Amino acid sequence: MKKIKTAKELEDIRKSILEKRDTNRPCITICGGTGCRAYACEKVITAFGAEIKKQGLEAKVDIRVTGCHGFCERGPLVVFHPEEIFYQQVTPEDVPEIVSETIMQNRIIERLLYTDPATNKKIKYENEIPFYKKQRRLVFGNNGKIDPTDITDYMAIGGYSSLAKVLFGISPQEVIEEITKSGLRGRGGGGFLTGRKWHYCRSAHGNPKYVICNADEGDPGAYMDRSLLEGNPHSVLEGMIIGAWAIGANEGYIYVRNEYPLAVKHAGIAIKQAEKYGFLGKNIFDSGFNFTIEINRGGGAFVCGESTALMASLEGKVGEPRAKHIHTVESGLREKPTNLNNVETWANVPLIIARGADWYSKIGTKESKGTKIFSLVGKIKNTGLVEVPMGITLREIIYDIGGGIPNGKKFKAVQTGGPSGGCIPEELIDLPVDFEELTRVGSMMGSGGMIVMDEDTCMVDVAKYFLSFLEDESCGKCTSCREGIKRMLEILTNITEGKGKEGDIELLEELAAAVANTSLCALGGTAPNPVLSTIRYFRDKYEAHIRDKKCPAGVCRQLITYSIDEEACRGCLACKKLCPQEAITGEKKEPHYINQDKCIKCGVCLETCKFDAIRVE
Amino acid sequence: MDPEVMDKVNKVVDKYKRKKSALIGILQDIQAEYNYLPKEALLHLGKSLDVSLTRVYGIATFYKSFSLKPRGKYLINICLGTACHVRGAVRILEKAERSLDIKPGQTTKDSMFTLETVNCLGACALGPLMVVDGEYFGKMTSAKVDKILKGYKNNEKNQNS
Repeated sequence: MKKIKTAKELEDIRKSILEKRDTNRPCITICGGTGCRAYACEKVITAFGAEIKKQGLEAKVDIRVTGCHGFCERGPLVVFHPEEIFYQQVTPEDVPEIVSETIMQNRIIERLLYTDPATNKKIKYENEIPFYKKQRRLVFGNNGKIDPTDITDYMAIGGYSSLAKVLFGISPQEVIEEITKSGLRGRGGGGFLTGRKWHYCRSAHGNPKYVICNADEGDPGAYMDRSLLEGNPHSVLEGMIIGAWAIGANEGYIYVRNEYPLAVKHAGIAIKQAEKYGFLGKNIFDSGFNFTIEINRGGGAFVCGESTALMASLEGKVGEPRAKHIHTVESGLREKPTNLNNVETWANVPLIIARGADWYSKIGTKESKGTKIFSLVGKIKNTGLVEVPMGITLREIIYDIGGGIPNGKKFKAVQTGGPSGGCIPEELIDLPVDFEELTRVGSMMGSGGMIVMDEDTCMVDVAKYFLSFLEDESCGKCTSCREGIKRMLEILTNITEGKGKEGDIELLEELAAAVANTSLCALGGTAPNPVLSTIRYFRDKYEAHIRDKKCPAGVCRQLITYSIDEEACRGCLACKKLCPQEAITGEKKEPHYINQDKCIKCGVCLETCKFDAIRVE
Repeated sequence: MDPEVMDKVNKVVDKYKRKKSALIGILQDIQAEYNYLPKEALLHLGKSLDVSLTRVYGIATFYKSFSLKPRGKYLINICLGTACHVRGAVRILEKAERSLDIKPGQTTKDSMFTLETVNCLGACALGPLMVVDGEYFGKMTSAKVDKILKGYKNNEKNQNS
């Protein structure tokens, strides 16, 4: 492969790639993201390959395994081009029929279409499904169009032309100005103006300079960065190369969670392919600019998402943060000026360069521009990754895109920002989502986790969950974080076990202030948020636990009892068989009873009962 | 010291061009080889890279993905991410604890299963989620736990017979 040297050469290659491709030729795109892989989509992929071969269609039909399409709830997902027919929950058994009917005869198989629960109508095309309709998938949308392991797919949709554009005609300062003007802010949680960060790093004294892509997505319930790196790694690389050029860096690193093997693999393949074409390595585009990217796998420590801890980890040390009196843009990795952005931030860069800051800054709100990818999970009908313009309301995300709460339950709260964020109650469901608004109500944007909770979720238990997560993940350097979180967790545990006392809430608030104000890094600085936000909006639930020794949501074990509703019980024996304590008695077709002395409140009976006969009080 | 261990460690160290900054990656590769970090391998690694044992053990104990104890043949991971938590992941974990008679981080006496928890696997649509050696089991219930474990145990029996 000859390395590409000019913008024209790139454009010529792009044209030749497109010429070789017949856009009318049927193409089966199968989602191969981690979510769909968990549904065993690999078997579907194999089945399509075998069936196409069996029917002698190899020369007529293409198969493309793409990255995550976002609608994880309905996986494995398959889209047929050029018509863009959308099939969901496809199994290997469906494949022969799909090939004979849909591919060969152009006939739709009704049962594989998505049914709109509101109208009960079958929907044929991906873009007509309510889940996708309100989204604006500028960064994430290409995931479904390209094979992430094939650079020519990315080049076919205009990939690396933003890089060519900056190398042949825009000065580094102008690039930084453009990114600043676009209003792009860090998508990893900090929300700092990206262009300004680049400017500080470029102006900093010291050489060499480094750029880092933070793919250590540690927030539980958030996986948009993984899906981007898996599904469109070249967009992240292109962003990094443009950033490195603007800043004046020649070395870059991707720090990625070891729990994301597919992202590691795809990023590695992408780097090799980009090197082959001359987009990475020495003398990129014959411009004299050198830049290399190395992948480093994290060791599974949440605190390494913090920039200084991440850099320590990159140096092969224990991931402890340091004080940021001197910012990392001045002295970061190996004490050299370092610019760190997260995956989604980097992936926004080629888009801004291609379409301009003016276009980009028209999307979003006054202070928060562009789109944001959220992972919409928890008690929600349409679990998945959604990309929406900043300023969209929580209601639109949860109800219009997410389809609302499953099983007829009532919405209670949505948790944003991961363990550093907070819970937002129903009263605020019309809140426009942007950096400022989320912070104003006591939560934060974070990296974009959005965990929906229903009436069966206990908010004190949720606060306890996050604190026990943070207690485990605190690196232990600052006493206030190490010990403070532990003490707060003790108090919360007492409350959930019915040992709470008057004054506990006030003590939690006092400790929260101490932990937040005296910890070095953002882990400790934001650790009290889940507690403070739940106290702020659900104080009555805390009081019910402390004063009445009751858990209104029926979650906290020491405060609840399980019983069986005699009238609803059909005497099916299911719960009796599974009860680990043999606490349930009763004969077949007779109402069952729970022996309270033996019951450990594990909830297995509640989960098993098909007749809704288990009562929790 | 076992020459085989030394050889394996040397190979990994060479792969990373003997860079001290690559210590975490080196440990990951050693763990991939043995399923855990054997003491001998760590002793040799310290000498070979000229890094203090304190630093090697500091890293091996700080990062969650490392284990200093041998793990079972099958690694069971219960996802305790927020999405799985609100969907009842604790119940699944407790069921697995009862069925295997071990706590997270422990291995069954017959060295078949190691039980661990993970903070999120990003397959939230399938929550609660249990993963056995990379195989995903979604929308878990307590009843499913025993069925899945039984499948692995039967496999083992068939292989041995």
